[in-house]
Amino acid sequence: MRLLPSSAMHTTEDIMARSQALEVQEKKELVSKEEKTVPARYYVPTTDIYETEDALTLVMEMPGVDKQAVDVNVENDVLRVEGRIDFSKYEGLEPLYTEYNIGYFARSFTLSNKIDQQRISAQLDDGVLTLTLKKAKEALLKRIPVN
Amino acid sequence: MAMLSDPFDALLEFQQALDTYRTSSWLGTGLSSGGAYPPLNVFRKGDDIVIIIEVPGVRKADLQIQVKDNTIRIAGAKSVRYGDDVALHRRERRAGSFDRAVTVPVEIDVNRVTAECRDGMLALFLPRAERDKPKSITVR
Repeated sequence: MRLLPSSAMHTTEDIMARSQALEVQEKKELVSKEEKTVPARYYVPTTDIYETEDALTLVMEMPGVDKQAVDVNVENDVLRVEGRIDFSKYEGLEPLYTEYNIGYFARSFTLSNKIDQQRISAQLDDGVLTLTLKKAKEALLKRIPVN
Repeated sequence: MAMLSDPFDALLEFQQALDTYRTSSWLGTGLSSGGAYPPLNVFRKGDDIVIIIEVPGVRKADLQIQVKDNTIRIAGAKSVRYGDDVALHRRERRAGSFDRAVTVPVEIDVNRVTAECRDGMLALFLPRAERDKPKSITVR
């Protein structure tokens, strides 16, 4: 997936959270181009991506992942995010009935050159990771005042 | 020779166990009113029942848990907010309200039920009522 700033602006009504009954979104298993060296399954975090004037924001749902267990790194213009769950919490628990599976979360994004790779910040709240990717100065919109 | 136990092997094994209990009949027809959100897993811990629910992005203050007899009701709302003047590139997260009730086929000690919510995971601890516990009979 490529992250390219676009000029299409949605109206506020478009993007406001509508009040509706929530449906279950089945977790997607990660299909990676790279081979994994661990046998356990990984899942793709549900992600929103939006752009403001000076930044691109990625919001990812990673339930069960603690602050200390998130890795965010950029290599060769690829932003890679991994979130690990604390599997030891399940010790002594015997499943009776299940509706979802658990596992680590991982997802990668190719960054465009409009992102300043030195200014990426991350925040984790209630199992939701928010990454703010500041745009490079050259990519910022220039406003021309009309006299 | 015994293999060194690998935490990832243990995780995979657990993932497979979780798959096995998908649509298990343990809850029977107990799954009642409301939708299927949020997804939950039911476990046994000794005599007690533990329900673990995924609620990423739901704040503690927006959760309501009620217990009556052996029915647990989980209700709440999840909001997804963006600022003004944003261009949305990808939208996978959903917002909305939920209300779900689950009836477990064991008797619960309602006064000792506890709930904990951390990192988008809600855990409900449902101790089995003392009088519902199986009694061991000594064979003479």
